[in-house]
Amino acid sequence: MTDVALQVLGLNRSFGALRVTRDVDLTLERGARRALIGPNGAGKTTLVNLITGALKPSTGKVLLNGVDITATSQAERARRGLARTFQINQLFRGLTVLENVCMVIAERDGYANNLWRVVGSKRVILDEALDYLDALRLTGDALKLVRELPYGRQRLVEIALALAQRPRVLLLDEPAAGVPSSESHLILDVVDSLDPDIAILIIEHDMDVVFRFAREITVLVQGAVFTQGTPAEIMANEEVRAVYLGQRHGAGGGSHG
Amino acid sequence: MPKFAIIAVSILFDGLAYAMFLFITSVGLSVTMGLMGFVNLAHGAFAMAGGYIVVSLTRDLGIGFVPSLGIAAVTVGAASVVFERGLYRRLYKATDLEQVLLTIGLAFMAIATFTYFYGPIPKSVPLPTWLQGDINLGFRAFPSYRAFLIGLGIVLICVLWYAFERTNIGAKIRAAVDNRRMAESVGINVDRLFTLTFAVGSGLAALGGGLAIQLFGLSPSFAVLYLVLFLIVVAVGGLGSLKGTLLAALVLGVFDTAGKYLLADAGGFFIYAVTVVVLLIKPQGFYGRE
Amino acid sequence: MSDTALSKSVEPVSTASADRKAMRERAADYLLRRHRLGWPELLPWAAAIAAFFLFPDRMTFGGQVLIMVLFALSLDLILGYAGIVTLGHAAFFGIGAYTVGLLIARLGWSEPISSVIAAGLVAGFFGFLFGVFLLRYRGLTLLMLTLATAIMVQETGNLRSDISGGYDGLPGLVISPLFGHFDYDLYGHVNYLYVLGVLAIVFYGVRRVVHSPFGQALTGIRENVRRMHAIGSPVHRRLVTVYTIAAGIAGIAGGLFTQTNAFVTLAVFDFDVSAKIMVMLILGGTGRLYGAFLGATVYMVLEDYFSKMSPTFWQLGIGLLLVLTVLFAPRGVLGLFEKAAGYFRKERR
Repeated sequence: MTDVALQVLGLNRSFGALRVTRDVDLTLERGARRALIGPNGAGKTTLVNLITGALKPSTGKVLLNGVDITATSQAERARRGLARTFQINQLFRGLTVLENVCMVIAERDGYANNLWRVVGSKRVILDEALDYLDALRLTGDALKLVRELPYGRQRLVEIALALAQRPRVLLLDEPAAGVPSSESHLILDVVDSLDPDIAILIIEHDMDVVFRFAREITVLVQGAVFTQGTPAEIMANEEVRAVYLGQRHGAGGGSHG
Repeated sequence: MPKFAIIAVSILFDGLAYAMFLFITSVGLSVTMGLMGFVNLAHGAFAMAGGYIVVSLTRDLGIGFVPSLGIAAVTVGAASVVFERGLYRRLYKATDLEQVLLTIGLAFMAIATFTYFYGPIPKSVPLPTWLQGDINLGFRAFPSYRAFLIGLGIVLICVLWYAFERTNIGAKIRAAVDNRRMAESVGINVDRLFTLTFAVGSGLAALGGGLAIQLFGLSPSFAVLYLVLFLIVVAVGGLGSLKGTLLAALVLGVFDTAGKYLLADAGGFFIYAVTVVVLLIKPQGFYGRE
Repeated sequence: MSDTALSKSVEPVSTASADRKAMRERAADYLLRRHRLGWPELLPWAAAIAAFFLFPDRMTFGGQVLIMVLFALSLDLILGYAGIVTLGHAAFFGIGAYTVGLLIARLGWSEPISSVIAAGLVAGFFGFLFGVFLLRYRGLTLLMLTLATAIMVQETGNLRSDISGGYDGLPGLVISPLFGHFDYDLYGHVNYLYVLGVLAIVFYGVRRVVHSPFGQALTGIRENVRRMHAIGSPVHRRLVTVYTIAAGIAGIAGGLFTQTNAFVTLAVFDFDVSAKIMVMLILGGTGRLYGAFLGATVYMVLEDYFSKMSPTFWQLGIGLLLVLTVLFAPRGVLGLFEKAAGYFRKERR
């Protein structure tokens, strides 16, 4: 088993004449805790989309655990251990929280291929789903429809779905965006408590979160990697400050990255 | 003139006339679907209504064919605004399925209403003398009516092209088709724009319906029978694209005519086979947005 | 404890293990309740059997209604559960109908049950074939592709009208007695019970599929296909599977149609037919299986009554009904019932 969980080599993506991702190289080792920051419109979410396969690159490669997955589908990448959360919740709003998480587990274990057994008859799935809900303090909401929950709690469900995939690489796109600060600490607690073997890349605007969580930071500007380094190095970097003109920590959040 | 050349010319001529009819009737549907994403299956009913207005004007009121076309277009265009404002507006955010069903329901109601007033038997229109008969070019006689149709089509294409590419409004429409939210944020009143395009599109459909009488005869089922064709032209050409609709109309019109000339029975097959092939390769149509 | 993504547990809200156990039971109970057979589900079947005794002289019509129920059911699988909007479902109905027709007319095979099974298999095969290619697309593209392929199937039949009998059809198709015993009597009694039996068996299968993890995945695809891709669901494979099953069921309905009418023409492929079951389904309510029962019955009864009076008024009426349904009852009659039930439940609290 290689130590490099995710690697991106020379990734490029253009929309017509507009180049949104420029020669991006990125490496996530096993157990990485890396933050991806950058001003609005830098192409952060686009990069995540390229990594997960929601978007195909113009040129470049993506490797998962050393295997070239550039040509594989989004679903296949997910099955190989790549999970993500979306910047705007992508949930099954007409189903209960519990069913949302069970859906993920059923897909993961191949149970969803079963056309005959009744949903809910496999207790193991229920148990595991409730474990995730417990950890995110969603147990009380388990039988509520997702669309009836306040946005902040829905965001927690979004994270539960990613966790339920038991990923080896986890991409979190502004996980605390839109969550009232009273609840966002819970999200951060959960992220903190994640299996140290999982490689995590987190897109964030909130610098408090970034500095608390990240061991490495990649700064993306206009689709290209501007600089990378430890939090201390980035903090001290004058150019990074300049690029973030007017966007001091804590002021960002909830916008296109 | 060698036989195959005569056939080729005939196919081109008839195919072109058919294509003009398809273009005129479908262009409105393409632009409105591209602009608002609204699936309007009552579009065929607008065409049919236009046809019947022409029938009544020419036969009962003795108004000339060409002026009747104009009146029908304007009338249906104006009436469509009532539909748009009163009914369609409420369903812009609805699912595709709901829009499909609502507009099919309207089409059924229209067919039933016109059947009641006009009966199910196909109608024809009295044509002015200059549109009857043929233009004889020696090797083949070309029906004047179809020549007129082609001529009118070319004129309309030029007018529409000019309006689309050179005027302010055309630019706004193109912008809104491309990216509605951005257009709105720049201050374009997309709602009003849509009402205008819808009215013009419906008027053109009515015009097409009036022109179709001489080609296919007019009966109330026209609304649904030819709807399939219009949808195909729109899907193959790409939503919201003038160029696409024209290209699709030409390709489909000529292929269909060729099929019917050369393969008689199997002829009807072609237009659908072409549609499937195009959509499989380019699901957004020739010039549709990705 | 299961091997989860959490290395150490964040303090759970209810530390007492008894609380967690209680929630576990509640959750399991909730899920099973949602999918277990409930007594209201017996109503349509009771009604169908009652109809047999109450209207013995309308049993041919009754058979037609049941066939439409089956047909609408097949559409509900793809439209109501998977969210696939298609305008060409009649193609599979027609393929099934012609399988039975051709078996009798060209091969002299008229045993009813095996014919119907064959109809289902042939239609299912075409469902698979079309599905593999077409279900990569959505929206207007899919609408047009399904419509165009259905028309091409019809045109093919037209082309080889020597085989298909064209729009005049294959007449005089005589069905062998059911189980070698029960003759198809003039009033359609045997036929009605036969169709009802087939419907019951197929329905049982459909119900299991819908309440299975696969069925749940279909709901997921309908609700948020983006999410399904992101969690690794093989969406296309799921869609092709359900499309194949639905096509097979439509084929069975088509086969029964030929057997009931002893007659089949190319009109079974008409766009009208595809539109008709869509209307039935919307009237009854999509995604709830029994919407097919309700919608098909209501539509067929209304059509039988009004189109005899005046086909034009029937067309006007159905158009109006459609418009009103979309505007005011988008979830169909079942939706209205559910709304009413919701009010009552609120009152009780």
